Amino acid sequence: MSFDGRIALSLTLNGRPREVDVAPSDTLLDVIRDQLGLTGTKKGCDMGSCGACTILADGRRIKACLALAASYDGASITTIEGIGTLENLHPLQVAFVRHDALQCGYCTPGQILSGIALLEEEPRDLAAIREGMSGNLCRCGAHPNIVAAIAEVAGL
Amino acid sequence: MSAPAFDYARAASLSDAVIQGGRPGSAFVAGGTDLLQLWKAGVQAPERVVDIGRLPLAEVTSSPGRLSIGALARLSDVARHPDVIGRHPLVAQAIAASASGQVRNMATVGGALMQRTRCAYFRDEHLPCNKRAPGSGCGALAGENRGHALFGGSEACVATHPSDLAVALTALGAEIDILGTDGVRRLAVADLYRLPGITPERDTNLVAGDLITAVEISDAGRFAPRSTYLKIRDRASFEFAVVSVAAALRVEGGVIAEARLAVGGVAPLPWRLANSEAALVGRRPDAEAFAAAAAFAVEGARPLAHNGFKVELLRRAVVRALQTVGGPA
Repeated sequence: MSFDGRIALSLTLNGRPREVDVAPSDTLLDVIRDQLGLTGTKKGCDMGSCGACTILADGRRIKACLALAASYDGASITTIEGIGTLENLHPLQVAFVRHDALQCGYCTPGQILSGIALLEEEPRDLAAIREGMSGNLCRCGAHPNIVAAIAEVAGL
Repeated sequence: MSAPAFDYARAASLSDAVIQGGRPGSAFVAGGTDLLQLWKAGVQAPERVVDIGRLPLAEVTSSPGRLSIGALARLSDVARHPDVIGRHPLVAQAIAASASGQVRNMATVGGALMQRTRCAYFRDEHLPCNKRAPGSGCGALAGENRGHALFGGSEACVATHPSDLAVALTALGAEIDILGTDGVRRLAVADLYRLPGITPERDTNLVAGDLITAVEISDAGRFAPRSTYLKIRDRASFEFAVVSVAAALRVEGGVIAEARLAVGGVAPLPWRLANSEAALVGRRPDAEAFAAAAAFAVEGARPLAHNGFKVELLRRAVVRALQTVGGPA
C-alpha cells in the first residue's frame, strides 16, 4: 500500500498487462469501468443480483461488483472487450445474434461472459443452462433466446 | 453510496490474520460476496478489511473416515470435488442449490457459514433492527415477516439463517476448526450459531480474531446412498430458501438404522430435528414413519402473522425429502 492509502495492482486485462492504483474499497467493477476505461462491463444492481457485471477472473466467471479490487492483484481479467472482434465474433456472440438473444443489450456483455464460462462446464441439458444462467437477469425477457443460443453452441 | 471507505490489509499468515482480525473495527474478507453487500447497504462499516483470501486454506482433503474442507475453498470447487460428490453428496447438493454460478465461484465455505441473515429489516439501514442496531426494535415482528422464523426466535429478533451449506453440515454432524488468539479449537457446526435471545447482534459464538480454518466431516459416507437436500424457494434458482430440508438415512435390513434431519429457512440457525430423527429409527421407511417424523418437525412452531403457511410447507417438505431418500435402495 502506498503512502496515501492507495494500492498498486498489476492485472492482465484482456491479455495485456495493466498497472493501476486503487482505493482499498474500490470494486473491480468500478476499477474496470472508471479507471481502466472499459465500459462494456455494466453496473446494474451493484449488489450481486443482476449479473450485468459478470467478468472472468483467472478463467472463472465472477460478479465484479462484489469483488474487492485489491484482492485481485495479479489476476487475469477478461471483459467483453476481450471477447471476439467485429470481424471475428465469438461463436456465442454469433449465436446471440442468430437467436435474437437480446433487446436493449444492457445485460448482454454479462450474459456472454457468463455463457462462455457455463459452456466450459458442459451443461447436460436445457435445465442445466437455465440453472447455470440464473445469475444473469434480462429485464427485456430474452431468457428463452439466451438459453437457445447457449444450447446451440453447446451442441444441445 | 453512503458507506464510508475502509482500509485494506492482506493477512500474511494465519497468525497474522488472527492478530489483525482481532483489532477493533476489523472484518475478514475472502470472497467478499456478503461483506460487500453489507457494506454497500450501510449495514456493516468496517474500518479495515483483512484479506484472508490467499491464506493456504483452500484444500479439500479426504482421508479414511474423514473429509476436511478448507475454509477458503470456493463453493464451486467443493461441489465438484470427487470425494464430496461421491461420499458426501448432500454437501454438493446444498451448494448447487445456493446462490448463482458467479457467486459460487467467489464465495468460500467459511464465508457461507458466516453470512448474515437476509431479513429485509436487517439489510436496510433505514429500518429498525435489533441485530443491526441493538435497541432499535424488531421491524419484522409486527411487520413483513413472511420469511421469518417459526422456531427459536425472540421478542428481539425473528430472522432466519440463510446458509444452505450450514443446514447440510448440521445434518451430517460436521465440525469446524477455529484458530483464535488462544489457539486452536473445534466446535460442532450446530454450536457455532446462537439463538437471538436479547443479543441478536451476535450471530455466532466466535469472538474477534477467531478464524474458521476448516470444516471437518467425520466420514458420513454411509449416508451417501440416501441423502438429499430439498430447497423450497420463491423461484427455481438463485434464491434463498423459504424452507429447506437436509435428510439422510441409513437403512439396514429394511429398517431405518440411523436418521439425520436438519431444516433451513425456519429458525435463526440450522435447525436439527432430533425428535423426528428419533421417531424414524427402528421403523420401516414408510409413509407412516415419515408422517410421524414430519409431525415432530412442526411441533412447537410459533408462526408470525405472515409465515403460518411455512408450518404446513415444512411438514410436507420433510415428508417429501424422506420419500426421496427412503425408497428402495
